[in-house]
Amino acid sequence: MSAAFDQKIHETLADPKLQLAIYKATGRLVEERRKAIEPDLCPDYQELRTHANAIKRHTIEHLDHYLEEFSRQVEAHGGKVVFCKDAEEVSDFVLSLAKERRAELIVKSKSMTTEEIDLNERLEHHHLESVETDLGEYIIQLAHERPYHIVAPALHKTREQVADLLTERLGVPRETVIEKQTMIARAVLREKFLAADIGVSGANFLVADSGAVVIVENEGNARLTTSAPKIHIAVAGIEKLIPRAQDLAVFLKLLGRSATGQRLTVYTSFLSGPKREDEIDGPDEFYVVLLDNGRTKVLADRDKRQSLYCIRCGACLNHCPVYRKIGGHSFPWVYSGPIGAILTPQFLGVRHEPGLPFASSLCGACAEVCPVKIDIPRILLELRSEVKKAEARDGAGRLERLAFRIWAWVMRHPRMYEMAGMAAASLAPSNGDGWIRNAPFNAGPLRAWLSQRDLPPAAAKSFRQMWRER
Amino acid sequence: MAARVSLFVTCIVDQLFPRVGMAAVEVLERLGFRVDFPEQQTCCGQPAFNTGYREEARQVAQHFLKVFADADYIVVPSGSCTSMIAHHFEDIFEEEPENLRRARDLEMKVYEFSRFLIEVAQVEDVGARLDEVVTFHDSCHALRELQVKEGPRRLLGHVRGLELREMDAAEECCGFGGTFSVKFAEVSGGMARTKIDSIVRTGASTVVSLDSSCLMQLQGALSRAGLPIRTMHLAEVLASR
Amino acid sequence: MSREAVLHKVRTALGRNAGQTVDEPPPARLVVPEVDIEARIQSFCERIEALAGKTYRAASAGMVRDYISTLVAGRTAVASNAPILRECGIDLLPGVQTGITDRDQLRAACSTAPCGISGADYALADTGTLVMLSSPQEARLISLLPPVYIALVARARLLTGLDELLSILPRPAEQTSSMVLITGPSRTADIEQILVRGVHGPGEIHVVVV
Repeated sequence: MSAAFDQKIHETLADPKLQLAIYKATGRLVEERRKAIEPDLCPDYQELRTHANAIKRHTIEHLDHYLEEFSRQVEAHGGKVVFCKDAEEVSDFVLSLAKERRAELIVKSKSMTTEEIDLNERLEHHHLESVETDLGEYIIQLAHERPYHIVAPALHKTREQVADLLTERLGVPRETVIEKQTMIARAVLREKFLAADIGVSGANFLVADSGAVVIVENEGNARLTTSAPKIHIAVAGIEKLIPRAQDLAVFLKLLGRSATGQRLTVYTSFLSGPKREDEIDGPDEFYVVLLDNGRTKVLADRDKRQSLYCIRCGACLNHCPVYRKIGGHSFPWVYSGPIGAILTPQFLGVRHEPGLPFASSLCGACAEVCPVKIDIPRILLELRSEVKKAEARDGAGRLERLAFRIWAWVMRHPRMYEMAGMAAASLAPSNGDGWIRNAPFNAGPLRAWLSQRDLPPAAAKSFRQMWRER
Repeated sequence: MAARVSLFVTCIVDQLFPRVGMAAVEVLERLGFRVDFPEQQTCCGQPAFNTGYREEARQVAQHFLKVFADADYIVVPSGSCTSMIAHHFEDIFEEEPENLRRARDLEMKVYEFSRFLIEVAQVEDVGARLDEVVTFHDSCHALRELQVKEGPRRLLGHVRGLELREMDAAEECCGFGGTFSVKFAEVSGGMARTKIDSIVRTGASTVVSLDSSCLMQLQGALSRAGLPIRTMHLAEVLASR
Repeated sequence: MSREAVLHKVRTALGRNAGQTVDEPPPARLVVPEVDIEARIQSFCERIEALAGKTYRAASAGMVRDYISTLVAGRTAVASNAPILRECGIDLLPGVQTGITDRDQLRAACSTAPCGISGADYALADTGTLVMLSSPQEARLISLLPPVYIALVARARLLTGLDELLSILPRPAEQTSSMVLITGPSRTADIEQILVRGVHGPGEIHVVVV
């Protein structure tokens, strides 16, 4: 793995306050989900997962068809669809629209897709003010940081740190009471909502038969973002499609419960097109930006395209014992946790962070809780194989490759295996029956093992020796 | 004629924890099975497979297919090795029809130790006795890939003198994960320590699991922490009298 | 911009041709239970109260009016143009502004009024949810800007849950540009997991079932 990855992990592990914050936050989400899917409350939970997986599989396998149907429906309701192949095309579109409409202020609701393409940075570079309105996103925008978690972006921030931020960036008197901090943000953002020219949102789902954008939230900022300004732009990856509005019966039930243990989030918006002529309020213009940015690459891989089923609930993060130790900022890209570990190499290439697919014990907790049944461990195993193939091509990792070649040879020759075992036993340090703290020779893996725990002493006799002596 | 069971003892038990293998043999023989040990056996290939070296894993898996070709039943005192054989051999031999067929045959015959007792031997009481307060660690492969959860608990429930206390983090990974334990040693160690906190909270004197790799990880961490709690493989508990 | 380019990449990735047909998707899964109205009302009210909302069951238009009058109590309120509000005489209560059809006027009223009052098009019993469809009768901002929100639900509109809603309304887009499901007061736990209500949407909601 890269030194940067190693370093970030180490720093996170060395920070006890941060460790506690991550553990508590994810622990709470784990518990809330568990309560929400208890058999008497949600008896059809497993059935819903199977169904959701089947719908996503069908949609992804026929994605072109559903993209076209979606486009037609959006346009039938007075909206426009903009296909963008990458980050630059999205910002070009937003900038040119803003220029045409003389827009200066944009309000944004939470969208991992817009984080993925650094939309705010690009807009600010061109002197457009783009304000995050989800409380957690607003905080990290003030801090110039990336989201820490898909659902809880400011999970790592204490109230003291939030107080510092608000005072530094807004000039308000220092306030450490959380409710009051929230009200400060509310007041600032309220003004922004009412003054904004454009509202940019994400989309949890795109509904093909309705040309609709579905957004779930608890605060109300997405509703305000999509209802107050005269222009609404929804930015979404092409994989967000589902065939029918009726499919929401399955997906909404799974999303709320998996993410936060809620049956439904406070607000679920189903938006199709600008305000109808006789409606009183709503935007005059409605755009849906459909983003590729590497999704078609993932799509091309038959075994791994299931990575695109993800509905961004965050359950895999919450249940991952590795994420719960290393946190969101150790990950090299905007998506963290198990889903981040499989998306990052597929989008950015396995060489971007070759250690990433290995940063897992393959425990399978993620696959167990994934509402759309993505087989994350299986994909990690495939990616590991791809990393090793890339290393072979690049001439890297020669020593390890050689070690495994020798190992395989030994394992195919039982006599050699036995001799190797006996040799290791005679060389290995012994401590009677006690376990070993230090070894006289401390080669790489041995040193790594011993840095954390003791080593078992080699058995005086192997099993096969004991078997023969029976 | 007593049914014949072939033991795949696994390389880690063979070299580091042979008593686990002997205990498994003892329990199986006590239940009337004839145990054989194909001496040509070595490893299932998992270390290579999990580290991304599929070709090397394939070679070792092929050797395994040969060694156990004639087995009626293959019993394995490890969830992760059983899972490798029962689920991943198919991935390895995907492009080789003959080996794939053999792997599929094998899949039907291979059993993790506790599952063999419950489903084939159809016993829950093996006549064991152990006066200890124990807690059970659900090893990840056994739990999530083999769906082994209740079986071991039922077996432990019949051990005279044994009190089983559940830890709150029973299903959490111990942090071993093969080469993960050395490539990401700090994280692995952290995971072990979290697990140990949960173990300590039960007041148990012994941690039981059906995977020696987990036990090695946990015992290593317990020992480093200076805690007197010991680890035992399920087979060792069931062999106790 | 890149419509054909992106679609082409999608097709290539999937090995599909332009205009190629599609198998039927898995059938939509809608499970609509049989629940009598009394049980529905009870479940609905319980769910809302569990989320710190308040509920009130009114037997008559008069009771509705009196209750809402007490809630509004001297403050200003913006009421939607839903017929049910007129039927209950809400438009005649002091301080209540109604009949607004101009967007700017509505927005100004909503951003200053402490209370918003509307009817609900439907409600969902198993989750305590209000279903609002944007229309000439119902504006979006009434249930969003004012910090106190009062909703009036007719029993006949109380469905068992989301599955039933989508059964009777399979194509919401044909009726409205905005269908919103509202389940409880606005909330966040973004800072240290501590729950705060009324972040952007109303922090206080009252649901009257008549």
